[in-house]
Amino acid sequence: MEITDAQIEFKDFNFYYGKFHALKHINFKMARHKCTAFIGPSGCGKSTLLRTINRMYDLYPEQRAEGQLLFDGRNLLASEIDVSVLRAKIGMVFQKPTPFPMSIYDNIAFGVKLHERLSSSDMDERVEWALRKAALWDEVKDKLKQSGMSLSGGQQQRLCIARGIAVKPEVILLDEPTSALDPISTARIEELIDELKAEFTIVIVTHNMQQAARISDYTAYMYLGEMVEFGVTDELFVKPKKKETEDYITGRFG
Amino acid sequence: MQTTGFTSSASSKLGDRLFGGLAKSFAWLTLILLAGIIIALVYASWPSIQAFGIGFLFSDAWNPPMEDFGGLIPIYGTIVTSVIALLIAVPVSFGIALFLTELSPAWLRRPLGTAIELLAAIPSIVYGMWGLLVFSPIFAKYIQPALQSSIGHVPVIGKLFAGAPLGIGLLCAGIILAIMIIPYVASVMRDVFEVTPPMLKESAYGVGCTTWEVMWGAVLPYTKNGVIGGVMLGLGRALGETMAVTFVIGNTNFLDSASLFAPGNSITSALANEFAEADPGLHTAALMELGLILFVITLIVLVVSKLLLLQLAKGEGTKS
Amino acid sequence: MNLLARRKLTNQVALTLSLSAMAFGLFWLAWILWTVLDLGLSGLSASLFTEMTPPPGADTGGLANAIVGSLIMVVLATLLGTPVGILAGVYLAEYGRHHRLGAVTRFINDLLLSAPSIVIGLFVYAVVVAQTGKFSAWSGVIALALIVLPVVVRTTENMLQLIPNTLREAAFALGAPKSVVISKVTLRAARAGVLTGVLLAVARIAGETAPLLFTALSNQFWSLNLNEPMANLPVTIFKFAMSPFTNWQELAWAGVFLITMGVLLLNIVARVFLRAEKIN
Repeated sequence: MEITDAQIEFKDFNFYYGKFHALKHINFKMARHKCTAFIGPSGCGKSTLLRTINRMYDLYPEQRAEGQLLFDGRNLLASEIDVSVLRAKIGMVFQKPTPFPMSIYDNIAFGVKLHERLSSSDMDERVEWALRKAALWDEVKDKLKQSGMSLSGGQQQRLCIARGIAVKPEVILLDEPTSALDPISTARIEELIDELKAEFTIVIVTHNMQQAARISDYTAYMYLGEMVEFGVTDELFVKPKKKETEDYITGRFG
Repeated sequence: MQTTGFTSSASSKLGDRLFGGLAKSFAWLTLILLAGIIIALVYASWPSIQAFGIGFLFSDAWNPPMEDFGGLIPIYGTIVTSVIALLIAVPVSFGIALFLTELSPAWLRRPLGTAIELLAAIPSIVYGMWGLLVFSPIFAKYIQPALQSSIGHVPVIGKLFAGAPLGIGLLCAGIILAIMIIPYVASVMRDVFEVTPPMLKESAYGVGCTTWEVMWGAVLPYTKNGVIGGVMLGLGRALGETMAVTFVIGNTNFLDSASLFAPGNSITSALANEFAEADPGLHTAALMELGLILFVITLIVLVVSKLLLLQLAKGEGTKS
Repeated sequence: MNLLARRKLTNQVALTLSLSAMAFGLFWLAWILWTVLDLGLSGLSASLFTEMTPPPGADTGGLANAIVGSLIMVVLATLLGTPVGILAGVYLAEYGRHHRLGAVTRFINDLLLSAPSIVIGLFVYAVVVAQTGKFSAWSGVIALALIVLPVVVRTTENMLQLIPNTLREAAFALGAPKSVVISKVTLRAARAGVLTGVLLAVARIAGETAPLLFTALSNQFWSLNLNEPMANLPVTIFKFAMSPFTNWQELAWAGVFLITMGVLLLNIVARVFLRAEKIN
């Protein structure tokens, strides 16, 4: 298993919450325009790992990272990196839908306005493009002025995906994006992720092993802050190399 | 994406700094305000502090033409009226909080709680005017004679109720203050009772305690600090209340009996009545010094109150 | 059994006392409101809003100058105190949560919230009136603004803290700078609560008398000059109520009626507003 076209690479990466060593010596690569899933029991560090990629931890003074996190060869941990620009290239969707307290249209336009100056017709186009990509356009095209909060949970989550896409990032981080949704909404989001792979590199954290098996190309199994096993999804689920991975995916543990 | 690298010199950085800096400086402003009040009051009362020294606290003189001033009578009035207010307000507030948390039917809880909070929203000038024009005549006609004919004959305590029933005076001011601070104290007590873990109450009920025993034996000890904090908050209000007291305290600087029926003066009523017309110089400075004394006492009371309430909040955080 | 009976009796007595305490509290509210309605309504008339405050002994007159003066000062004080209060509240909730300055400011702000308002009046007298050499509406506005400030700081901070952190993170994840996250997302999400705080602050200063006594003073005449003493309802009520003239006392009751209804209305609107927003 050799990843030839790596977009993101972790090299001897360590992460701390204050004194707590939360991620230990992480080394792996993520392929461009593929979907990589992080699985593992609660507290294993999979969400922590995801949140380092857009430097979300910058918000919290007691959290810090060491080592290298390369994005197309550039170390994202370097001090001269502007996180605002970085985050324009790396979008993120959260566990619970997080529509902003504004209209559907403004939710989408919010991120775009931060990074680009568009004419109003260009902005209309961009909003439509993003909503179409997120498979939400047909449901909301007649109520773009309504509050984003008025949508159902599944629609809200797709709105958040559209909001992330609208900025035209290269990578989309998904932190258990379906854990708060019903099965039908979940299925729609999974289909959507599959389509988005064509244009974006997808990284997803999930509790749900079947979900990882269904949608990801590569899977990383994490436990107690260490990356136990990383590999092609089909191989990792069919014949894991490590005993711990096998125990977890067969449900004997976790 | 129009930017190619990850580094930018976006002008939004500057806006961000400005916004954060502005927010921070306004937070500082709040801090400076407190220090500013103390410094300004000390500065303005300096002539009086120099002229009378510590004796100001113990002198009952108040003679503007002779420029001889002492704070004893207003300080005494402030303390006595506040103590009366607490004696009445604390048990009543406890009863109200008990009613709102344990006894009231659920549908009545919110309207009753709101009604009590509205009592706190009524401006103090309304209490004052009502106290002077409506309450004090009734007080003088019915309640004061009744007090005199009952408790008035008890030795020692009886002295507190001697003298002519004028209506206005220290006792009347204390009662009006009590009505004013009941909602504050009751709301805090209700809030702290509500943070008591349900487990604690359920286990007390579980061993067969009556409602009263649960409150007195389990909830009250658990929330002791919060309850005292609420009482201190009420005391802080009572000490600094101006209008409600000024209308009904009688506004006199002569005090020659221990009677609570006697008219008197409080720090706030002395300020309200005299300050605008006081001569610049010692008279103004002496009034400023009264204000300074009031502010310092209130601050101490409020700091204690705040620390007790914070302690309860912290305990709640660790226990739940 | 004897013990049980006694425990039950104690309980009954205590609960009855609790009920009477509740009744006691409501009794005063009802009595005061009744008086205000009864005496205030009878003093209401059109001339209240059109005529100036009368000289002693006159048997006509209104409160027009006092009403307008109060409105002007309350509005200006709110406009002055609110932005400062909101930004300081923003600092406490969004910047200073883990800083020492935040903790200290929060503590001090709570002290100011309960500090005697008459002391604020003394402070403004010392730093404004004594320096400029005259009583003025501006000094009254400043005193009232200083009372608005801690109320708004407190509610803004509380309301911002209720905003889930993921909403902040979602905005940061799009690359928004902090000022944009706060102004466009978190403050907007908390706007109902913040507005409630402002309404409550207005209600609080609308009836404040003590801080105006030695700042704006009062004015028997019509004056819109902010550099001169300005008539206002609370101080006028104080003066009129303490006087022996029936006409003045009647006007004072009418003024008290206006203030009480205004303040209660603001309180109720604020509550209804906040609850409606919460359900949303």
